[in-house]
Amino acid sequence: MSARPAGPGAGPGSDTSPGTGLGGEGEARAPGTVVQAGGPVVRAGGLTAPSMGEVVRIGTQRLLGEVIRLDGEVATIQVYEETSGLRVGDPVVQTGAPLRAWLGPGLLGATLDGLQRPLDALADAGTWALGPGLEAPPLDPTRRWHFVPVRGPGETVGPGDQLGTVAEHGLEHRILVPPGVGPGRLGPIDERDATLAEPVAALETATGTELLHLAHAWPVRVPRPARRLPAEAPLVTGIRVIDMLFPVARGGVAVIPGGFGTGKTVVEQSLARASDADVVVYVGCGERGNEMADLLASFRELVDPRTGAPLLHRTVLIANTSNMPVAAREASIELGITVAEYFRDQGYDVALLADSTSRWAEALREIGGRLEELPGEEGFPAYLASRLAAFYERAGQVTTAAGPARRGSITVVGAVSPPGGDFSEPVTQASLRLAGTFWALDTELAHARHFPAIGWLRSYSLYVERLGAWYREAVGEEWETLRTQALELLARERQLLDVVELVGVDALPPEDRVSLEAARLVREAFLQQHAYDPVDAARPLGVQLAMLRAVLAGHRAMLAALHRGASVDEATADPAVRELARIRSWPGEGIVERLEALAGRLGGAA
Amino acid sequence: MTLSVHRVTGVNRLAGPLLVMHHVPRVMLGEEVFVTGQDGRARHGRVLDVSADLVVVQVYEGTGGLDLRATAVELTGGPFRLGVSEAMLGRVMDGRGTPVDGGPPVTPLRTIDVNGRAINPAARANPADFIETGISAIDLLDSLVRGQKLPIFTGAGLPADALAARIATGARLLGSERFATVFAAMGITRRESDAFLDAFASSGALDRLALFLNLADDPVIERLLAPRCALTLAEHLALDRGMDVLVVMTDITAYGEALRELSTAREEIPGRRGYPGYLYTDLATLFERAGRVLERPGSLTVMPIVTMPDDDITHPIPDLTGYITEGQIVLSRELHARGIFPPIDALPCLSRLMNAGIGEGKTRAEHRVVADQLYALYARGRELRRLIAVIGEAALSAGERRLLAFADRFETELIAQGARRRSIDDTFAVAWQLLSRLPRDELTRLPEELLDAHWRPPEAAP
Ligand SMILES: Nc1ncnc2c1ncn2[C@@H]1O[C@H](COP(=O)(O)OP(=O)(O)OP(=O)(O)O)[C@@H](O)[C@H]1O
Ligand SMILES: [Mg+2]
Repeated sequence: MSARPAGPGAGPGSDTSPGTGLGGEGEARAPGTVVQAGGPVVRAGGLTAPSMGEVVRIGTQRLLGEVIRLDGEVATIQVYEETSGLRVGDPVVQTGAPLRAWLGPGLLGATLDGLQRPLDALADAGTWALGPGLEAPPLDPTRRWHFVPVRGPGETVGPGDQLGTVAEHGLEHRILVPPGVGPGRLGPIDERDATLAEPVAALETATGTELLHLAHAWPVRVPRPARRLPAEAPLVTGIRVIDMLFPVARGGVAVIPGGFGTGKTVVEQSLARASDADVVVYVGCGERGNEMADLLASFRELVDPRTGAPLLHRTVLIANTSNMPVAAREASIELGITVAEYFRDQGYDVALLADSTSRWAEALREIGGRLEELPGEEGFPAYLASRLAAFYERAGQVTTAAGPARRGSITVVGAVSPPGGDFSEPVTQASLRLAGTFWALDTELAHARHFPAIGWLRSYSLYVERLGAWYREAVGEEWETLRTQALELLARERQLLDVVELVGVDALPPEDRVSLEAARLVREAFLQQHAYDPVDAARPLGVQLAMLRAVLAGHRAMLAALHRGASVDEATADPAVRELARIRSWPGEGIVERLEALAGRLGGAA
Repeated sequence: MTLSVHRVTGVNRLAGPLLVMHHVPRVMLGEEVFVTGQDGRARHGRVLDVSADLVVVQVYEGTGGLDLRATAVELTGGPFRLGVSEAMLGRVMDGRGTPVDGGPPVTPLRTIDVNGRAINPAARANPADFIETGISAIDLLDSLVRGQKLPIFTGAGLPADALAARIATGARLLGSERFATVFAAMGITRRESDAFLDAFASSGALDRLALFLNLADDPVIERLLAPRCALTLAEHLALDRGMDVLVVMTDITAYGEALRELSTAREEIPGRRGYPGYLYTDLATLFERAGRVLERPGSLTVMPIVTMPDDDITHPIPDLTGYITEGQIVLSRELHARGIFPPIDALPCLSRLMNAGIGEGKTRAEHRVVADQLYALYARGRELRRLIAVIGEAALSAGERRLLAFADRFETELIAQGARRRSIDDTFAVAWQLLSRLPRDELTRLPEELLDAHWRPPEAAP
């Protein structure tokens, strides 16, 4: 059911071809056989010197699997496809290679499953249902790309050095010498049209000639080498509660835990739409098919305001839905971060959005359970925390030593789905230790339709201090002051509400009652932001700041009215204060001036 | 039936729903087998594990009455396949698809592996067509669309089945006549399944209904099969025959318990409250079969019914269901006690696909903002209701008292509709009446033009 001809010799590398998905191909050794099968784990005997992590093909349908344990003669294999139909004695063929991603032109705009099968191309070819044994090349092997070299023959280049470019949609796809290749002297290198199978240059190295192609394979579990830089700027998202109160740094990690229906996916999708990353890798891991379809359809139509091209063109979508085989969830996460590293190495800011990391953790638990490992907390394997760490540690801002010097970053935003919405569970807790930003979704806020339902009292950002300089420069001197004022007001509200619960609002002094009103304005006019609102879904930082300034001016205006002798009701009835309730619906054009005028009517500067 | 390829007599071990026997050549994982004991009664099983010396089989009817020596196991050479055809509409079948209504056997058009295959996400069509259920709380606040999976979370004794029957018989879909309902019963009583049948009979739609019944006294492990049979028929009707199919599955809690029983027998490491760690994935393989496929006309909408043990929404079964489905309708014991039908508790309800299905040309242009405004007001009213339980109503301001009254009317006028069906226009009329009783400047989520057009305070009404 192959949608594209892989073709003999389609391979870009000297080793294997991109026609085979994440698995490798070298089938030289005599096959082993299945000795036991049940669920996603299969045991095989008779393999020739198998290695941990080696990819194998199982049975007549050539199911993709990976060796995860070796015990004497028996290899334990996690199988990335549905195993029904397997028999004892079925052949198990070794490929000699670990699980790898194919990296090259054609990734942008693609929809892939966790094994890098091109779901979009399969759909175009009429494959609407997925089953075991489906094979299709991850990157189109027949398409020709226009390669423009930036280096010339005779020049010396090493791993990570840029060879040239290919224009892919709006993005300059930079073709690099793969990590681990070279250094050496370039042979002929010309501007030309090439498929992924045709070499674009040859490199004379100490060990011989290496042919260089537009694409190369990289083992997904191995981080690509890079030199770390400290974070300095935020990933700007357009979402007020994030950008103004709890920002995430470019190269940082944010986690967003929340019970079902609290808004994890909507936030992830909003970031995919509006954040200022160059490339977005969206991993739908163990979640809904309709969400993927929705993202795909809307991103084909929505235009990236910065390039004018469809949003899909800066997006790589990896979809491994909840009903697909569980073992492939892990592959989808690792594939996603590997693709992100590939674009980072080209000098781009990448956002990796993973929804939901809990489903991946549950897959680890399920596979671990089948291995009869001693379970840790709530049945999760003892290595849960280290696996999560290995993933999140691949985020970061980096610089390439290779030429020309480039700065790139991966910002990771991981959704977490705690059972019963209870954050004390192992996946949330382990993730929190690794993240710099915590967006705590709150079920009660979601039920009251306060969106995004990010709880302001529990959430935090450890990046605030580091990003202060950037905000002062780019947004305005008062960001930190206004941010602190807003948070203090909201914290005060919580205290006051506790009192109100006991004695009623009438028992509060007028100043406190006004503070309650002001806090309500902060929540309703500033924090709430409907993701589907045509004007308010994402706002530039300057607008966000002006909104916050105006709302806080409202608080001061009410206090000033009290001091002039007005009653609480009179203070809150001020038309300018009333007007604040509607600023979210103000169109973008001229809004900063309008907000400044309103703040002026409310009594001006802080 | 499938041709028999192999038969062995004598097994090693029987325990609960599991049978363990010596290895049989060519037995395959997931294969359907027939098991016969001394009593000569045929039972059905599925191969769960194969190894060089042993085969583990789950027996749907349980192993009670079997012995080690005389039990015979017959292999069929493949997975269980259901014969499907449009002629199954109007029929009653057991949990494995055999007619039990005394009618003639069904001649299948095709046979299909009941486990189904995952829809390629890139081949899915976005569900975006509003289904008018006739229930205000759903149509206005949490709209259902074609191809959605929307469960009803209920408590013991609450009328979820009556609500599901009302939806199944009352649903209207713009421009679709080819509507059918497939009902999968798992562990419910005959009284409950009869009530569903009666609802269809009285609406004259029996010939649009297929039932797969695994009742409370039927074999427990067969509960794992009934919904798969129902979904397999539904997929055939929707994707091969272009129909709009609603699958009602009740009760997912009984299904989960059957899965737990099997998992315990397999001595697997239990997850939360004894349910297996793969409960999420297993439920997803049911619910994710809902949807639409590009360039195919039909749709498959799934409405599972989940009884929350102890009314606890954080119990693993409702919790994991909510993590898979596209929203949920939640019933409230308190509203039921007050005689409100349907007793839908709007706050925890959600329809994630609503946005795509509503608005100009589908329902009403103002649908989204009106729903949001109602929600915001009702949430504050409910919060105040909680507060006055402690501090008394006297401590409230006039505005707060208005909100409190609003919350009451929201329940008694909008949610409560008794046996009447409401069109979407009727529902909006009720909604605007409610909103018009509040001062205009408290309706901050509604644009001025909209208020100009629809906000009519009672005293100003002609
Ligand atoms: N920022 C937002 N703006 C508007 N609506 C929102 C927002 N966030 C969430 N919602 C509403 O809440 C619903 C549920 O959100 P979402 O699907 O993101 O939840 P989730 O946390 O991903 O749940 P699950 O864990 O079950 O996948 C959405 O369909 C939408 O109706
Ligand atoms: Mg989600």
